[in-house]
Amino acid sequence: MSKFPAEPQSNTAIFLNSVSVRYVLPNEKMGTLKEYMIRAIQGKVRYNSFMALNDISLDIKRGEIFGVLGRNGAGKSTLLKVISRVLIPTQGRVWISGVVSPLLELGAGFHPELTGLENIYLNATLLGRKHKEIEQKIPEILDFAEIGDFIKAPLRTYSSGMLARLGFSVATAWIPDILILDEILSVGDAAFAQKCSDRMRLFRESGSTVLLVSHAIDTVRSLCQRALLLEHGNMVEIGPIDEVSERYQHMIFG
Amino acid sequence: MAVIYDSAKQNNPALEEIRSVFHYRDLIFQLIRRDIVTRYKRSVLGILWTMLNPLGTMIILSIVFSQLFNMRGTYPAFIITSLIAWNFFSQTTTASLSAMLWGSSLFQHIYLPRTSFVISSIGTGIVNILFSLVPLILIFAITKSPFHTTMLLFPLALLPVAAFSLGVSLILSTFVVFFPDIAEMYPITLTAWMYLTPIIYPEKLLANILNGWLLYLNPLFHVIRVFRMIIFDGISPSASEWGLAAGISLGTLLIGWLFFTYSSKSFAYHV
Repeated sequence: MSKFPAEPQSNTAIFLNSVSVRYVLPNEKMGTLKEYMIRAIQGKVRYNSFMALNDISLDIKRGEIFGVLGRNGAGKSTLLKVISRVLIPTQGRVWISGVVSPLLELGAGFHPELTGLENIYLNATLLGRKHKEIEQKIPEILDFAEIGDFIKAPLRTYSSGMLARLGFSVATAWIPDILILDEILSVGDAAFAQKCSDRMRLFRESGSTVLLVSHAIDTVRSLCQRALLLEHGNMVEIGPIDEVSERYQHMIFG
Repeated sequence: MAVIYDSAKQNNPALEEIRSVFHYRDLIFQLIRRDIVTRYKRSVLGILWTMLNPLGTMIILSIVFSQLFNMRGTYPAFIITSLIAWNFFSQTTTASLSAMLWGSSLFQHIYLPRTSFVISSIGTGIVNILFSLVPLILIFAITKSPFHTTMLLFPLALLPVAAFSLGVSLILSTFVVFFPDIAEMYPITLTAWMYLTPIIYPEKLLANILNGWLLYLNPLFHVIRVFRMIIFDGISPSASEWGLAAGISLGTLLIGWLFFTYSSKSFAYHV
């Protein structure tokens, strides 16, 4: 990869320079302090290290919809963690311009006893929003989620569809600099699915960078221009979506 | 211009965390609000529980121990003062442990200042201790214990208790990420700690054991002593007593903050 820049460029959104993540795991599962102490005294604490990501370099431009392909355990989730600042890489440099908002498993951080409205505030502050910002967005969030009068009822009375709609509305209420989509969401009925894809289009038109992670080739193919293929934490291929998805297909079907 | 995150330019994690907590202050407020609201929403007696809880313990302990410790009339006021401070410490530290376990799934997906759950547990504790001032005042009135002017120093005396609790919570929360069974062991430790600290008995009982070292080496004793002096005894603590309480609590907080923030980098590595 000779043309790979050494520094992020002015239009770069996500920049990774030979990023590696090494997990160090004890040989046997030592979940408890007691077991750890016993093994430590016996001198039986051994560690295995395992490379979840190995020498990954990426340069994703602003406004790009970039796909990440790979089988389960290929390192896709670890890559997302590195990009969303959750995991600091063992080696290499991660450079991100803008706020990363991951579309969580919808409703992570919701509380069943709080009302819908209270949960909007809780969830949006978890995503780093300020109280004032949320206040201004409330009408729009309510309008989008179509919860109606239920918004004053505790969340435990909601149907799963309502929960998903509320979660999606909060998470996408602000146009993100970088949006992380871990598997494409299918939220609610056809009408709501249409609203979701409209919102995705709006993000794209507003210049958001989207990182789409999936093992479904077709969705990635229809949305992305470029993609990365991961296998065992290594970069197998990066480039135009057609080449990458062809390679992936070969990998799966031999 | 957009915010830039660059892992190559990592600042001091302890200072970075302070900046981040300030930025996420609305989250901390929401977490406190959640804890308070959900605790009272579904129970019939609601907020009364915070007040009935120390009251009930006080009554039981008074019946059992007031004869034994030879402080018949003053024992209820003594015990409720100590209990309020002790409950603050035990409840906030326990709550931070469960908050860390609860939050670990969120930590795997989104960036948050990781101290925010611990800080909000302390915040919840402060709200609760304000509520439990009601039974305290009630007991003082019923038992005709004097109301001292030093009681006005309550906010000042709460600070060391809160800072100490935050420090201990941060240390515990760091350990619990690596060893979840800390959460099982901690209640036992708490029970032992309670009986080793003059909470339900006067401090003079320990003053002669090991020349009083059992007292002096217990950091919690110095912190709770100042609290009890201004509420129950009506004595203004001396400069050295204030200094000791402040030094111990701020020292614990500093150690906890550094330990937590420097270890939190590797939290996500422990799934």
